[in-house]
Amino acid sequence: MKFINYLKDIHNVQIYPMFTLILFITVFILATILVFSKSRKTITEIKNLPLED
Amino acid sequence: MNTNQTQQSTGSSLAQTATSGIQQETFYYDNKSVKFFAYATLFWGLVGMTAGLWAAFSIAYPQVNLGWAPTTFGRMRPVHTNAVIFAFVGNAIFCGVYYSLQRLCKTRMWSDKLSKIHFWGWQALILLGALSLWGGFTQGKEYAELEWPFDIAITLLWLAFGANMLGTILKRRVSHLYVAIWFYIGTWVAVAMLHIVNSIAIPQSFLKSYSWYAGVQDALVQWWYGHNAVAFFLTTPFLGLMYYFVPKAANRPVYSYRWSIIHFWSLIFIYIWAGPHHLLYTALPEWAQGLGTAFSIMLIAPSWGGMLNGLLTLRGAWDRVREDAILKFMVVALTCYGMATFEGPMLSLKSVNAISHYTDWTIAHVHVGALGWNGFLAFAMLYWLMPRLFNTNLYSKKWANTHFWLGTLGIIFYVIPLYWAALTQSLMWKKFTPDGILQYQFMETVTTIQPMYVLRGVGGLLYISGLILMIVNIWKTVKQGKFVANEQSQASPLPKKYESHGKKEHWHGWIERRPVQLTVLSLIVVGIGGIAEMIPTFLVKSNIPTISSVQPYTPLELHGRNIYIREGCYVCHSQMIRPFRDEVARYGEYSKAGEFVYDHPFQWGSKRTGPDLARVGGKYPDSWHYNHMLDPTSMTSGSLMPSYPWLFTDRIDKMKTYDMIKVMKKLGVPYPAGYENNANKDLDKQAEKIKKSLEKDKIKVSKNEEIVALIAYLQRLGTDIKNEPKKESITD
Repeated sequence: MKFINYLKDIHNVQIYPMFTLILFITVFILATILVFSKSRKTITEIKNLPLED
Repeated sequence: MNTNQTQQSTGSSLAQTATSGIQQETFYYDNKSVKFFAYATLFWGLVGMTAGLWAAFSIAYPQVNLGWAPTTFGRMRPVHTNAVIFAFVGNAIFCGVYYSLQRLCKTRMWSDKLSKIHFWGWQALILLGALSLWGGFTQGKEYAELEWPFDIAITLLWLAFGANMLGTILKRRVSHLYVAIWFYIGTWVAVAMLHIVNSIAIPQSFLKSYSWYAGVQDALVQWWYGHNAVAFFLTTPFLGLMYYFVPKAANRPVYSYRWSIIHFWSLIFIYIWAGPHHLLYTALPEWAQGLGTAFSIMLIAPSWGGMLNGLLTLRGAWDRVREDAILKFMVVALTCYGMATFEGPMLSLKSVNAISHYTDWTIAHVHVGALGWNGFLAFAMLYWLMPRLFNTNLYSKKWANTHFWLGTLGIIFYVIPLYWAALTQSLMWKKFTPDGILQYQFMETVTTIQPMYVLRGVGGLLYISGLILMIVNIWKTVKQGKFVANEQSQASPLPKKYESHGKKEHWHGWIERRPVQLTVLSLIVVGIGGIAEMIPTFLVKSNIPTISSVQPYTPLELHGRNIYIREGCYVCHSQMIRPFRDEVARYGEYSKAGEFVYDHPFQWGSKRTGPDLARVGGKYPDSWHYNHMLDPTSMTSGSLMPSYPWLFTDRIDKMKTYDMIKVMKKLGVPYPAGYENNANKDLDKQAEKIKKSLEKDKIKVSKNEEIVALIAYLQRLGTDIKNEPKKESITD
């Protein structure tokens, strides 16, 4: 059964799963873009924190 | 108390020194709390795993149940699961968090008093909780069995932990919050939310309550909680520990910090959705099942991203893995995490789940994660940490290596027989003869896999042997070292204004320096999935169609149901017939959502060590149930079920009927007005009927014995939608 067939059984709330899927994909893409736009120096500084005891 | 002692006990920075022009503050890390949590981890690990071993052998050999209530599988299994999850893993989390958080924030824990309350409160909770479970006081919901006073205590202690953690973060001397801390915050937020929502119940007495939710809704909430207990108690905090302790042990930074950020946000967002994959093909609305499956598949990406990030952190250190037991434990832990998080989504595929669900496959899957990921990472952390707390070296590296191999062999011996058992049993369940009838009786499928249960016990024995060796090794390490209760350190105070490396401050740089905002954002991210899944199921009536013939339980049946819950029957018997040919042929018509509207709590179960009971009502005479509970093998040759002799001497507590009906009415069960005053009359009438029915089969019984109530409940199961319901009516 296709995924869309599961969704059609929701009465009046079809927007829910679609909205959340889109929300997740948007957040995921945005987070990826933002994370990869961080400066290398900052990233290096943070990733070394555990080794600075 | 002199100045130095004051400094050490409060962690305050009274001394300031000037080094190279930068003002440094001196402070002391609290190692005492870390040590206590470490000891508790080892102690409860041994207790919890021994309970598990007992449970494992009691399935293989029913005599091990001893015919004594606290040692039966139905009570021992919740003790095992609660002890290993909340005691062993819980204390390991707190141990790692208290150690790493102080160092990542370069400050002492915010409050020594809260640390003490948290530690002793948690241990008291575990001890009393275990005793209550042995005593049969349970809410009957897997991994959330503890009764309402314990739920309140858990909430308060969790708040104490959270306050101490956030307080520590707020007074830190490091600008950035390292990713491990995000995982700790995410864990705290999500566990608080899950625990509170799932634990809503109405108390009947001090140690008895009924879930606020019923049937399908209870199932959805419970597995939203149950799955996310795995996610946010067994996974995210350990990922936080992984991001701290793997770089420490490998002495190199995490492979990709960028991955870790994506890992965190995507993992906490997706995990919360996946709960319904525990309810595939059940009476849960299909759209919710579909969502659970889809998000479970998506979960592979962040899980494997995190796993690979951990393994790749060891790049350039693989030569050390040969010698270093700590790194060995970490590698296997991460590999098991990878295996479990690949297998989980695969088990969420409906076609795979049709075979795997209700079998030992789930148990094997869980133990790859629990023994491999949680157990091994906890062991690695303790082997790394304890010598440092005691300013010495590990007593025996050889013993640690032996522990590693015992543990690894233990995991292999544990899971392979169970995978084998699961596939064997599931295929046997589904096998039809050419004439179209089921080829195997349920009992035949049980006796076939019994040797695999023995082998699983051997695996557990190996694993525990390794743990005992570790306890001795740590004990010897402690003996040879000198404990550093207050470890001195120095750091510059946190600058009031953050200096960004770039031209403009980065969005994520902003959030990762603000713990309160990060906590709120985490709550929103984890809350979305829960809200989106639950609101439609709760508010849209079409999700749970009602069935007019489904009536509330009679008072005697309610007493019987409470006994069913008390004895943990749900850990071995499901009450959910899936719409498969073999299940319908074996158990009867598939289960409908509307059949469970008065089930507080639902009792669908998750495993069929014994057969499904959803439609057992009317299948056998009352005397069959009587004899079966007294000696299961007298009715079913080769049965692995324990006997329940105390049900034949203990009396039904009729004094509780009034409160029981009152609570049910509060929960919306439509008993007639004032029924609580007359309920015991109906109870006596029904009990008398069962007594007479037993007398016909030459069984003398008092109508007040608990077995009568249990028989009433079992005979009611699934009869409401049968053509000729065999049930008592409730007098108006």
